[in-house]
Amino acid sequence: MAKKMHDTPMLDQLESGPWPSFVTGLKRLAKDKDYMVDLMGQLETSYRTKKGYWKGGTVGVFGYGGGVIPRFTELKDENDKPVFPDAAEFHTLRVQPPAGMHYNTEVLRKMCDIWERHGSGLIAFHGQSGDIMFQGAKTDKVQDAFDELNELGFDLGGAGPAVRTSMSCVGAARCEQSCYDEAKAHRQVINTFLDDIHRPALPYKFKFKFSGCPNDCMNSIQRSDMAVIGTWRDNMRTDEGLARKWFDAHGMNELVNNVISRCPTKTILLKEVKDVAQGPTISSVKISDSHALEIDNSNCVRCMHCVNVMTGALAKGTDTGATILIGGKRTLKIGDLMGTVVVPFLPLKTEEDYEALVELGQKVIDFFAENALEHERTGEMIERIGLVNFLEGIGVDIDPNMVATPRTNPYVRMDGWDDEVARINAKKTA
Amino acid sequence: MATMRTPIESGVPDNRPYLHPALLKNYGNWRYHDRPRPGVLHHVSHSGDEVWSVRAGTQRQMDVYTIRKLCDIADTYAEGHVRFTIRSNIEFMVSDPAKVDPLIGALTEAGFPVGGTGNSVSMIAHTQGWLHCDIPGTDASGAVKALMDDLYTEFIKEDMPNRVHLSTSCCEINCGGQADIAIIVQHTKPPKINHDLVANVCERPAVVARCPVAAIRPALVNGKPSLEVDEKKCICCGACYPPCPPMQINDPEYSKLAIWVGGKNSNARGKPTFMKMVASGLPNNPPRWPEVSEIVKKILYTYKEDARSWERIADWVERIGWPRFFEKCDLPFTKYLIDDWRGSRANLNASTHIRF
Repeated sequence: MAKKMHDTPMLDQLESGPWPSFVTGLKRLAKDKDYMVDLMGQLETSYRTKKGYWKGGTVGVFGYGGGVIPRFTELKDENDKPVFPDAAEFHTLRVQPPAGMHYNTEVLRKMCDIWERHGSGLIAFHGQSGDIMFQGAKTDKVQDAFDELNELGFDLGGAGPAVRTSMSCVGAARCEQSCYDEAKAHRQVINTFLDDIHRPALPYKFKFKFSGCPNDCMNSIQRSDMAVIGTWRDNMRTDEGLARKWFDAHGMNELVNNVISRCPTKTILLKEVKDVAQGPTISSVKISDSHALEIDNSNCVRCMHCVNVMTGALAKGTDTGATILIGGKRTLKIGDLMGTVVVPFLPLKTEEDYEALVELGQKVIDFFAENALEHERTGEMIERIGLVNFLEGIGVDIDPNMVATPRTNPYVRMDGWDDEVARINAKKTA
Repeated sequence: MATMRTPIESGVPDNRPYLHPALLKNYGNWRYHDRPRPGVLHHVSHSGDEVWSVRAGTQRQMDVYTIRKLCDIADTYAEGHVRFTIRSNIEFMVSDPAKVDPLIGALTEAGFPVGGTGNSVSMIAHTQGWLHCDIPGTDASGAVKALMDDLYTEFIKEDMPNRVHLSTSCCEINCGGQADIAIIVQHTKPPKINHDLVANVCERPAVVARCPVAAIRPALVNGKPSLEVDEKKCICCGACYPPCPPMQINDPEYSKLAIWVGGKNSNARGKPTFMKMVASGLPNNPPRWPEVSEIVKKILYTYKEDARSWERIADWVERIGWPRFFEKCDLPFTKYLIDDWRGSRANLNASTHIRF
């Protein structure tokens, strides 16, 4: 039933080579779908002319204002008719993944069946915002596809000036470095803001991301307006069996050059066993009968390096939670911004702790909604109004952990200084 | 037209029904992990349970036949459970070590490379490009396929000094993300304005407000309300294009590719770093973008040769210094690589720290 394939010499080229080819996938779909025959025609045209041919529009599902990315072809002939009419519409449904992007084959097969019936049969696991991208449906099929995905237990993600779909790392499900229940935090926070996901009404996009430790596998610090990065504040734990095993396998050179000297705060010392210090902030572990590592946790910045190298031998502590950083984003429009620390440590153990995280997210979004300019990200708003105004707005006390250095320029009104000193001293003694 | 149906606003699905039984049982109770071979992670729980995860590369934009094939493999060897990584790799969890090798065999035979763990070059995080984006200067899936063909052995081995993350973005908005090495399309000419369409299509104040350098102002052109661009001020960022498509920024000849290096989001060792632009002006040359691959490989293999173990690209450059990076990678350092945007002074060398 499928129509004749267009010539696609440039795309054909991308079928050679050892890496799996998306072009081979497109061709398989095109065997049964005229839709995909024409999609390949348009894509090949882009390869030939080096121009893109999609424009946006407004396509959605009943009840929601966002979550579908509409695409209409701009590749028209002299009569303003699409050159590839069967692929004149190629909309994508953004669908929120389960935390940690875990699936079973049963649900994946059901997704495939739904998308084969109503869409192109092309799915991306996952888009850069974390969504499952069901790529390519005609306008009159979008609702049917969504209805079936929705009945399967899945929901649309965000698009436009909205809270966006979130991502969390594999986390507690399979990582010894997980410092909180990432999936729980992810679900609890995001599901609080479903209205802000489905009905875009914020100044601009707002992204949460959840990483279980400072390795930040979700890149939350650079890619989210509110980054929740797991950490701990008590002493590192040690395991002598694993430490000796590591040392036997790797030896002294690696220990010195790759563990001790790579510690950014030089808080790990190699000592003879008899010289190892004791104390409330000291962790230590024997690596052999004669030598041990001594770690002063009060000067450890939880960078993860030694824990990554000697997994299990050195491990995170048990007083775990997260550091919250606000305002990460890229490029538009003032350039790259990293998230800034606004809460150095938020415990994440009890139900109340998770509720406090949600509450903080709510305050940040409320402040953003009221104070950001149109098309301004949270980080840009903070740059415009200053961190202190933002912190006062969300009701968070300042902390020296929020800055890399104190102020270096003198141009500031200081006439409130004495009152502030008195307030902070009073708080310390309270 | 479909009938009205109220959506079930379920949001993020509960992942517990999808977790592999060994992961569910040992949730939050893992002790350590190691890597028995490239592409395989071995996690040990405090309970004594063990799980092997086999990671394979995919083409990200997958047809349903590919996904069903992966499901068949998961059903046969991995108890019907998988997960995806942020870089679109797929992972199969196995609680029986005897199944690891047959699983690797089945994946390899089906054309899915096993790797992407540890000190490998992982799959390239990327954007939609010509396949689906409305403002792409180039394709992403194709450029990624071309480069991953070249870097195949670096994916299936763990031979790099530390892990290497790559990303590709089809315009400067850079949805592809930060990476050790990033490929990003760069516009090099101001937008071409179709004045006949502006009044009908664009909300002019919104477009004016979007410009980061205030180069756009309202104007009357041929008796119609339109916009004009001060081309000397314009930095060719393309921000005006999404709210105003008649301001065409993409150009078959003048949309070029740039290479950035040294981005790192992990806090390990040093603080997270942004990536820095090190090359520009590379032609947009489908279907294989050979000029881009050549520079990426030059940087990658110079790093592989020169860096010490555990140094990410950012750590390596910090040790050897930027002048030597350009020298070693045989890249010209031009005046365009000296930052003149907000906060640029922080990027200048205010010291006598110079390597001779």
